[in-house]
Amino acid sequence: MLTKFFEIIGGFMIKRFEEFGTIILLYVDTLKQSTHKPRIRHIIAQMSHLGVDSLTIVSLTLLFTGVVFTLQTAHEFIRFGAQSTVGGVISIAIGRELGPVLVGVVCAGRVGAAITAEISTMKVTEQIDALKVMAVSPVNYLIVPRMIACMIVVPILTVFGDIIGVAGGWIVATQYSGISSYLFINSIKMFATIYDLTGGMIKAIFFGNVIAVLGCYYGLNCPDGAEGVGIATTKTVVTSIIVIFILNALLTFIIYR
Amino acid sequence: MIRIVNVTKKFGQKVALKNINLEIADGETLAIIGGSGSGKSTLLRLMIGLIQPTSGEIWIGDDEISRMSEKEIMRVRLRMGMVFQYSALFDSMTVGDNVAFGLVEHTNFDKEKIQAIVKEKLHQVGLDGVENRMPNELSGGMKKRVSLARAIAFGPEIIFYDEPSSGLDPITTNRIDELIIETQRALNVTSIVVTHDMVSACRIANRIAMVYNGELIAVDTVENFKKIQDQRVREFFRIID
Repeated sequence: MLTKFFEIIGGFMIKRFEEFGTIILLYVDTLKQSTHKPRIRHIIAQMSHLGVDSLTIVSLTLLFTGVVFTLQTAHEFIRFGAQSTVGGVISIAIGRELGPVLVGVVCAGRVGAAITAEISTMKVTEQIDALKVMAVSPVNYLIVPRMIACMIVVPILTVFGDIIGVAGGWIVATQYSGISSYLFINSIKMFATIYDLTGGMIKAIFFGNVIAVLGCYYGLNCPDGAEGVGIATTKTVVTSIIVIFILNALLTFIIYR
Repeated sequence: MIRIVNVTKKFGQKVALKNINLEIADGETLAIIGGSGSGKSTLLRLMIGLIQPTSGEIWIGDDEISRMSEKEIMRVRLRMGMVFQYSALFDSMTVGDNVAFGLVEHTNFDKEKIQAIVKEKLHQVGLDGVENRMPNELSGGMKKRVSLARAIAFGPEIIFYDEPSSGLDPITTNRIDELIIETQRALNVTSIVVTHDMVSACRIANRIAMVYNGELIAVDTVENFKKIQDQRVREFFRIID
């Protein structure tokens, strides 16, 4: 009974480590291949497809996050007479943590799923094999442009989301909580630094990497059939979100300690 | 020449191919037949280098591809073309872009020259004026022909066909068979056709090889193959008879 239990645990762990190793190898291969001549047209197409199309969902997520965050905090801050810090607190929280993490999670769902669905469909319909037979590396043709696009687009979306989130906070602070616009903006100027924004952008670059590589990995390794595409897409979203949270803790420790 | 020497392929514990030995001469058309799950598609994938054998050697000319890295195999694949079972056309590209793909990736030809080659190859497969159509606007037979145009666009020495008649009506199958014969004659390429269609195999091939439960049980010219008395081979001919 106990042996069987350890067998199951051991088997699970070996499988996860094996998967982790394969993802790292794919990532290293992608980095190597990204030194080749860039496929500019593909990168721009992916930036448009993956980035621009995510603007709406990112805007909505960060706008309401900023609104709710201010609703919850402004009242308490005013109670303690700290209304002059509301803008600063919101901008620091959004710039350092909420912006990059929420954009990362949204992109894992929107972008990562789209990458996996596309690549796994190509795999199921033998288009990946067709690339190989025509002596074109799928890593170079498919993964590199997506990874570069995500590394550019996710930080841009993060900055955009930061602005929308703070704007949401400003609306609630000025229209609902009775904090003057001058006080809110002055508070941002006093407490927030450019480092809060750039730190979040650095995180977003890493999250972009995670989303692209995991999206491509699960796409290239999806089980056969239509069901396989669904399984691979779900795995991408779940794994990306978990990795983003873990990586965020690690990066926060490194960047802001 | 393609040489397969003592090749065995296992997937986990399952033996897909057992000790296969086969030689295919330049300019020859070999049909590999066998039932579903017999291992014929695995054999094809081994010859293209999409999978590696568990043991044995696979020679494409002077290149032993079973020991090669992916990068080295890419160089050998420039001499190959393949027509996939479900055509495997890139569905985000037009027909013209699909046919031009290999030329865009591996040559420095200008746009006009590439377009001229695309037109010529599509004409060869009897599909004039479809360059700007998307793959999902084509019938199964037309997709197969575009796939063939794409395979021959780069001037390969070897063309692999994976179940070229699968899912097609008898008239379209006949047309595809004729195209395979015409292509072989026009380009003098080596053709390897994996099929379970005995009528097609007899029509297009110089020799037939039969894979049964992962073993190569017979290889011979079409005429001699028809005379083989092995029960497993006769089963395939019974349908034609």
